[in-house]
Amino acid sequence: MPSYLADQVNVESIEQHKYDIIIVGAGGAGLRAAIAASEGEQQTVAVVTKSLLGKAHTVMAEGGVAASLANVDSDDSWDTHFYDTMKSGHFINDYRVAEVFAKEVPDRVLELETWGAVFDRTPAGKIMQRPFGAHSFRRLAHIGDRTGKELIRTLQYKAIHQAVDVYQEVTSTALLVDGQGQIAGVFGYYREDGRFVLFRAKAVVLATGGWGKAYKVTSNSWESTGDGAAMAFRVGAELMDMEMVQFHPTGMVWPPGVRGLLVTEGVRGEGGLLYNSQHERFMLRYDPVLQELSSRDVVARSIYKENQAGRGTPHGGAWLDISYKPAEYVKAKLPGMYEQFRTLADVDITREPFEVAPTTHYTMGGLRVQADTCATNVPGLFAAGEVACGLHGANRLGGNSLGDILVFGRRAGMGAREYAAQAEWKQIDPATLEREAARVLAPLTREEGEQPYRLQVELQETMTTYAGMVRSQESLQTGLARLQELEERAARMAVKGGTRAYNPGWHTVFDVQSMLLLGMVIIRGALARQESRGAHWRLDFPEELPEVGAVNFVQRLSGDQIVIEPTPVPKMPAELARLFEHDRAPGVRRRAERNGEGRADR
Amino acid sequence: MSEEIIILSVFRGDADGGQEQEYRVPLETGMVVLDALHYVQTEYAPDLAVRWNCKAAHCGSCSAEINGMPKLLCKTRLDDYVGQVIHVRPMHAFPLIKDLVTDVSWNYRVAKQIPAFQPSTPAPFVMYQRDVDRIQEFHQCIECFLCQDTCHVLREHEGQERYFGPRMMAKIAEWDMHPMDTKDRTAFLKDVAGIPMCNVTRCCVEVCPEHIVITDNAIIPLKERVADVYWDPIQALFRRFRRPAKTPVPTEPSSAEG
Ligand SMILES: Cc1cc2nc3c(=O)[nH]c(=O)nc-3n(C[C@H](O)[C@H](O)[C@H](O)COP(=O)(O)OP(=O)(O)OC[C@H]3O[C@@H](n4cnc5c(N)ncnc54)[C@H](O)[C@@H]3O)c2cc1C
Ligand code: SF4
Ligand code: SF4
Ligand code: FES
Repeated sequence: MPSYLADQVNVESIEQHKYDIIIVGAGGAGLRAAIAASEGEQQTVAVVTKSLLGKAHTVMAEGGVAASLANVDSDDSWDTHFYDTMKSGHFINDYRVAEVFAKEVPDRVLELETWGAVFDRTPAGKIMQRPFGAHSFRRLAHIGDRTGKELIRTLQYKAIHQAVDVYQEVTSTALLVDGQGQIAGVFGYYREDGRFVLFRAKAVVLATGGWGKAYKVTSNSWESTGDGAAMAFRVGAELMDMEMVQFHPTGMVWPPGVRGLLVTEGVRGEGGLLYNSQHERFMLRYDPVLQELSSRDVVARSIYKENQAGRGTPHGGAWLDISYKPAEYVKAKLPGMYEQFRTLADVDITREPFEVAPTTHYTMGGLRVQADTCATNVPGLFAAGEVACGLHGANRLGGNSLGDILVFGRRAGMGAREYAAQAEWKQIDPATLEREAARVLAPLTREEGEQPYRLQVELQETMTTYAGMVRSQESLQTGLARLQELEERAARMAVKGGTRAYNPGWHTVFDVQSMLLLGMVIIRGALARQESRGAHWRLDFPEELPEVGAVNFVQRLSGDQIVIEPTPVPKMPAELARLFEHDRAPGVRRRAERNGEGRADR
Repeated sequence: MSEEIIILSVFRGDADGGQEQEYRVPLETGMVVLDALHYVQTEYAPDLAVRWNCKAAHCGSCSAEINGMPKLLCKTRLDDYVGQVIHVRPMHAFPLIKDLVTDVSWNYRVAKQIPAFQPSTPAPFVMYQRDVDRIQEFHQCIECFLCQDTCHVLREHEGQERYFGPRMMAKIAEWDMHPMDTKDRTAFLKDVAGIPMCNVTRCCVEVCPEHIVITDNAIIPLKERVADVYWDPIQALFRRFRRPAKTPVPTEPSSAEG
């Protein structure tokens, strides 16, 4: 090992910081957690993020945040939001998570307004709400089609005006636990110069987002490589519902460089219609009631089926058309989409239809947490946002993720604060640190080896081809075998000629390691779930099966082995179960009763 | 598709110096400069430093100078430069870290000093769309700092000690013009944020990828507010839109600033 590397493995020389609470991730969940954690009793809080502040994946969210504010549809309330969420999740959601969520999200949205967020307004001067797929009412608070930016910017400025230290462009590579498996800290490096840093902490909140980058065609940002889920899994945390990966029906398809880039559901929310190559509105066939605003899994599969039947568009998708609406309206409501197509695809969406096809969008699975505190099974480790799981079940509703990160970001921050208030500082074994430092440096010391960018592409292709929207025993098994081959090669990744200073090749090594591990877990979960449910579609088991739907698949490491355990889905108490006795949502029923049982659709 | 090759000349180096290096990249339909840089990373230089997150012009990470113009790498098409060598260099106004990556932490330091939004009551607010149209423009900012990079005050030696720059003026305007805000930022604008340093050259507006009219819609009205409180002959020039230092009720139409 060259000397400039060797002296860094000397653990004495590693920069150290001590905080009561460390939050890994500065997306909506991480920032909301930081705000909550730094309130009240004086505990020290820092946020660690691998990007610059304000750039996290959350910034890309477009359509809106779902909350039953009932500003435009007065019959909406938490119970209807809860109903929609459970129903779209095909009832493998954790009901308690969904209940807390639906009850609290309106307050979280209003709080953003108090902190300076400016949502679009109704004529009465309230927060405007737009319709979205499979929501019973118009429910999404938004600012044009740039809602994520509004969220992150508001939270970012709130956090920096509070007692929160921010470590930007610091990549965390490992969670550290003591001999009893309790959280002791976080290890990472500054991207700027590659120097190591150790954060000792009583509690750690993971808010590292999802792993949509594990797929080739994806709407996700560079960051979504699942580092947090992988790091937690390695220290014994449980992952659940990992087979559940959402494919959003409308991604861009052309030109090649933008393939997968999201076309917000807001386009359909604002009236956009889907056509096949024969100019037929095919959604009328697949879901006559909800039509274009059916749930994402249904719309994505419908586009796929149209293509299988030879009715696809030139690049294998469907046409989406909003050009029949006034151009000024489209530009006002969907400014980002208008600009995105104009500059990147030479298409004017106010004048012509455009091609869309499914794209990997969201990971419903993740760290298994307790609804009220967001605690994982690792003492001192909390998780919130896309990295956690339980709210969305087998299919996430549009707009529910931005609500998720607000509600559970806050709860994770509070949970961590309570825990840290009575926790002791834990010991970190220097040998563990040495091992981690050596592991992180290894790719720089190898003269020859596998190129991380190429491995990343192969991994993404494998996941898209064999564990994508359409799955079978055979495809999944082939995929798993390929990942195992890739894993062997990945052990020899090398970053030739590079130094530790701002080296994206080096960074990609860890991205690949995270995604490979999670890819395996996804495939194992998908093999275990021998049915089709929500986003998980098995050609060899095309039906929903009640006995399989009664469990969540929980995975954890035992030694080097991944074990998978079917675990009963928590059973709803009677007062919640009652909401599902009728086949209409509570608010829709209330409205119908009031109107003397008239038609009760939107 | 086609076998056309383009030449990308990319700055490689760090604070100790460096130079441009040429790379040959096959052109694909619709390719942006960031795609080309990714090709370079995969094929020639895995350690080429470039910041990016979204590749959709949403996050403002990928700011650089392309043939001398401050631009987003992910929004700049290669076919805009047919027949030319494309020179890609880091932003000039900020200290270089490596290759195309600069140290933009100064922006975050000054942002922290801006007195935050202070509403008269907690939400829900009653605000009409016409009252918020003008501030929603500032909410479009992606914090790419291209306007900061282009502002001659900040490019000059020590300018960053005297002026917060156009991005921060838009941020201040966003809060200061919020119908519910109660905070007085005039002294701060003048003495700390340095708004008098801006001489309204409008260069910042030209480069803003979000098409925010920073000068006319943020800086000039803010200068007005300052001038209302502190008389200053140069600022008097910009008294096109006279309005009270703080609008108390949220009913004023906002069309004046276009
Ligand atoms: C294009 C698009 C549009 C969307 N639109 C909507 C919408 O309209 N409504 C909705 O509800 N949802 C939407 N979503 C989903 C939603 O945006 C995300 O699920 C949500 O923002 C996730 O937030 P998060 O806080 O959990 O994580 P993220 O925003 O992904 O943040 C993760 C953070 O963790 C950090 N991090 C990760 N790994 C490490 C590491 N190893 N070391 C240090 N830091 C690390 C990152 O730097 C980042 O700060 C959309 C998603 C996409 C892609
Ligand atoms: S108008 Fe003012 S802020 Fe904008 S570039 Fe010129 S001096 Fe800088
Ligand atoms: S105002 Fe425009 S140029 Fe300046 S940081 Fe914001 S988006 Fe970028
Ligand atoms: S990568 Fe996000 S703006 Fe270019």
